[in-house]
Amino acid sequence: MNSIKKHDLATLGACAVLFAIVQTLLFVDFIGPFWELNIILILINVILSVSLNLINGYTGQFSIGHAGFLAVGAYTGAIITVKLGLPFELALVVGTLSSALLGFLIGLPTLRLNGDYLAIATLGLGEIIRICILNIEYVGGASGLMGIPRFTTFAWAFWITIFVIFVIKNFKNSAPGRCCLAIRENEIAAETMGIDTTKYKVMAFTIGAGFAGTAGVLFAHYFYIAHPASFTFMRSFDILTMVVLGGLGSMTGAITGAVLLTAISAALAEYPEWRMVIYSLTLIILMINRPQGLFGSKELSLKMFGLGGSHNGRATESK
Amino acid sequence: MEELLKVNDVSMIFGGLRAVSNFTMEINKGELVGLIGPNGAGKTTAFNMLTGVYNPSEGEITFEGKLVNGKKPYQVTAMGMARTFQNIRLFSELTVIDNVKIAYNMHVQYSLAEAVCRFGRYFNEEESITKKAIELLKIFKLDRFKDEMAKNLPYGEQRRLEIARALATEPKLLLLDEPAAGMNPQETHELMEMIRWIRKEFDLSILLIEHDMSLVMGVCERLYVLEYGFCIAKGLPDEIKHNKRVIEAYLGEEVS
Repeated sequence: MNSIKKHDLATLGACAVLFAIVQTLLFVDFIGPFWELNIILILINVILSVSLNLINGYTGQFSIGHAGFLAVGAYTGAIITVKLGLPFELALVVGTLSSALLGFLIGLPTLRLNGDYLAIATLGLGEIIRICILNIEYVGGASGLMGIPRFTTFAWAFWITIFVIFVIKNFKNSAPGRCCLAIRENEIAAETMGIDTTKYKVMAFTIGAGFAGTAGVLFAHYFYIAHPASFTFMRSFDILTMVVLGGLGSMTGAITGAVLLTAISAALAEYPEWRMVIYSLTLIILMINRPQGLFGSKELSLKMFGLGGSHNGRATESK
Repeated sequence: MEELLKVNDVSMIFGGLRAVSNFTMEINKGELVGLIGPNGAGKTTAFNMLTGVYNPSEGEITFEGKLVNGKKPYQVTAMGMARTFQNIRLFSELTVIDNVKIAYNMHVQYSLAEAVCRFGRYFNEEESITKKAIELLKIFKLDRFKDEMAKNLPYGEQRRLEIARALATEPKLLLLDEPAAGMNPQETHELMEMIRWIRKEFDLSILLIEHDMSLVMGVCERLYVLEYGFCIAKGLPDEIKHNKRVIEAYLGEEVS
């Protein structure tokens, strides 16, 4: 078991090196403000896709309301710092917890549904959250909550992303995580193996929702504003696309999907008229040739290339 | 003999259909009991009531003196009853060893925090679960497939894996739903040996649903026969073999 610890430490080391490189490049202004913004956006999207992968990919519960939890995190975080004037750290914690709490409350009734019904219910819930925010004057209503200080730095975003990836990876490789996988594979058999399926579905949903909230806090505190238009169902689909593109049920897939799609989107920013065309074509071609996603449900690791080492380090290096 | 499972006058009604009517059965500790009957007799319905999938409309089921009625399947499993399925239900996209490890879940002590942060009991328990799972796989001669996806196993091995997985929950009563379905006579014979051996080795009771008469007659100590939801006969295999009602149920009435 020591080898696992060593493995984790090695991965952490690789992450630290990567962090040092990017941080230096930012410091010497080799990476300009445009790409700095996109790097932060990539990290936020990685958190979102990895947490959605926990719900959709590992537990097999098709949820498409992730933008709703993102919104809850963003607004709660902004209220903490802007309205109450409390520190950013507290905003992160409260944003995460309130989103997780909402996930828990929503999960209890909706996770009784499955397949298409659950998808429709979560889609509806995401919209309900947005419409509610739209009508609350306290947080600015339709004009959004403005004047949020920029507290999110590359360091915050990077280490929180790494933290989220580690938590979800460890969750998957533990008994509760295996229960979630069992539910995805065969719910009836899982139940007869003594697994309380509702409990584990709600657990995965709550953790996923909580981390979406974390991403929301980072998001609001980077872009100075929390606006209802940023949290429409199109945003949910964006996240879902990243997960499906990378391969449902693959952590490295979700990371790669988020990095790839955000980067493509950014690279095409100069050709706004062609952007959506190329973006859609990429997806169509990929789905025709690899309907299971880039990695299927497999994890990318250095072992694949005949090298020892870690998959997280590898995937984050591709940023 | 100690009574393990008691089914008292149980009925299952779906709308106007009585799938099982006034069924009474008891299983003692260490017994190997068979439940047989023609297609559509209500065997699987009876099974589903025992394992909590259906809640009986009438009557009472007790396991070790505790009421089973109204319990959810996972609670029934926790009480000490494990089952297999007529149509195999493995976790097909997971490895063979993970299939078994999942079944040990109930006995895992470490908390979510310990799992996520990797401290405390996590490592020791994971190690012991893996060890136990491999031992169980060895017993069923499946250890060489341990890192294979469950769906890639040959049919007979999948059946064995399902039984191994059920045993990993450490049950007192094992319920097998048509374990010989789709097996040839040779495989059925091996299965028969295995069922006998499991009972001795794991010291448990077994309830078997089966079509295959040779298997049932060869291995079961007592039999219950269902037809159209009614229990038409019970007793020793030899008695059942010569019971007029049972012969009629299986072969039809004699033309007079």
